[in-house]
Amino acid sequence: MLKDQDRIFQNLYNDKGSDVSSSQERGDWVNTKEITDKGRDWIINEIKESQLRGRGGAGFPTGLKWSFAPKEVGSRPHYLVINGDESEPGTCKDRDILRFEPHKLIEGCLIASYAVQAHVCYIYIRGEYFVDGQKLQSALDEAYEKKLLGKNAAGTGWDLDIYIHYGAGAYICGEETALLESLEGKKGQPRLKPPFPALIGLYGCPTIINNVETIAVVPTILRRGAKWFASLGREKNTGTKIFCISGNVNNPCNVEEEMSIPLKELIEVHAGGVIGGWENLQAVIPGGSSMPLIPKERCETLKMDFDACVEEKSGLGTAGIVVINKDQDIIKCMARIARFYKHESCGQCTPCREGSGWMWRMLERMAKGDATKDEVDMLGDVTNQIAGHTICAFGEGSSWPVQGLLRHFKKEIEKRNNLDPIVQKKNNIPYLVDQHLLDKKNA
Amino acid sequence: MSLRRPAKDQPESFEFNASSLEAANVIVAKYPEGKQQSAVMALLYIAQKQNNNWIPLAAMKYIAKFLDMPYIKVYEVATFYTMYNLAPVGKYFVQVCTTTPCMIRGANQLVEACKEKISENECELSNDKSCSWMEVECLGACVNAPMMQINDDYYEDLDKQKTLDILDKILNGETPKPGSYRGRVNNEPENNRKTLMDLKNA
Repeated sequence: MLKDQDRIFQNLYNDKGSDVSSSQERGDWVNTKEITDKGRDWIINEIKESQLRGRGGAGFPTGLKWSFAPKEVGSRPHYLVINGDESEPGTCKDRDILRFEPHKLIEGCLIASYAVQAHVCYIYIRGEYFVDGQKLQSALDEAYEKKLLGKNAAGTGWDLDIYIHYGAGAYICGEETALLESLEGKKGQPRLKPPFPALIGLYGCPTIINNVETIAVVPTILRRGAKWFASLGREKNTGTKIFCISGNVNNPCNVEEEMSIPLKELIEVHAGGVIGGWENLQAVIPGGSSMPLIPKERCETLKMDFDACVEEKSGLGTAGIVVINKDQDIIKCMARIARFYKHESCGQCTPCREGSGWMWRMLERMAKGDATKDEVDMLGDVTNQIAGHTICAFGEGSSWPVQGLLRHFKKEIEKRNNLDPIVQKKNNIPYLVDQHLLDKKNA
Repeated sequence: MSLRRPAKDQPESFEFNASSLEAANVIVAKYPEGKQQSAVMALLYIAQKQNNNWIPLAAMKYIAKFLDMPYIKVYEVATFYTMYNLAPVGKYFVQVCTTTPCMIRGANQLVEACKEKISENECELSNDKSCSWMEVECLGACVNAPMMQINDDYYEDLDKQKTLDILDKILNGETPKPGSYRGRVNNEPENNRKTLMDLKNA
């Protein structure tokens, strides 16, 4: 278990209070000027050396992302945008940072803005977190009052203004380009990449977008050194991470732990074990709903980090762990996730807009046992038609959980769905050809 | 995608009152000059707050003029995002999260409670027109599942009886206390917390 002094978010459970003075006691805002005095290159280099990977889901190296920002500010100003649109089912870590550790985030914003030469920073918070956003706003007001923000912020000589922008209930706005569209006051529909936001982002200006947790750990890394951060976890999967353990466990909770901690330890030690005992475990979704589930056998040894989860054909994502025990109907659970994606598709690309509803309807029928035998393979085919054929990663996010279900619980689906196919195939024609051709040849 | 339609009965006109106008001007100042369109989302919220929790078409037209942008663009935004209510929802708007993490911890009991107390169908006003409920997608409080949101506040760690009690209160016009209803502090493990104990006991 990680030692308490190595935990970055000391106030994760709000034992102490989130105002400036108690944050300063925890070490925030103490020597911000000393950090910025070491210069941009030092900051970016230090973040690179700490091997910090983005905490928003994709795990892109943060230092590398910052180095994409143009070195000189041209005619267009630079922007820093913080992604606090946390909507992935199973994830609720950013909410705790916004309401209990706002000054870690604000100080991180100042340092990151300095590193990428931005004078304006927008924090995009999902609309449902209105109350938590208000808490962040009062922290911002306090920071302005204490001259930690505004002109010559915290004595660093850098001017920074931070504004909060509320979303309005669209999951897709967690995708960085959709978030930018939303910030510009449009529908949240993702843009094509390239051009990447680092060159053409908000209002067409260079923009760096980071997750709340990524930015909030930056000041501590720079204070305690990249070496310290890199010594936690393992190579390329360094540092600490807030894990959200929800679902069928005795004590669902948020906890900050070292990367690469065994999943079993997280569940047994921190979350009080699976309801009904470890043997009652059915499957675990390791990183928020869009990551494929992992069945019990693999959970025994799984280490929670980016690369180990990928080896299990899943992903760490946002580290929102959803534990599903054997009292639950796994097909129904996945059908509900498919319904989520059907509801949240932005409607821009046809495969995702139509396919997400298609997957949901099929899974609902499969949960009831109303599907035909051939539909199981058809479902797999539908997921393959969506993943990789859309503008943003939502296509993958919606089809991966279904693919995970098919990979590990296909027998369960087949056992329940025994109906004969409606169209009896005589020739092997892929079903995606025109229906009338299929009927003619099979007739 | 979710299908959303404006209400049939629409008021003739809409205008910001003095406090809304002040709030709107503060918001517009957050964005660079000429980029006032960014404020449209926040302004729709302000309109929704002012107009008893829903946005009439007249408000969209008003905001379009206010921000000097085409009406259709405001309409697009208002119909795209699910938190803008396009029809009356009552003074208390109950949103029950039923996505998988809440579902496997018994969110359907919350839905049953809403059906008993408020109305048989979702998005339907209660008899006294004071509240309505709907199922929503993940509200981002998964470790406090099952949970629901009433207006801006989160009510966490619920079961059927607790939900019935909360709904009784709002039907009587009271505002119940938000937060966890099993008495736990925020997101900490309920029993047997292992981390940061020095701070807790200090």
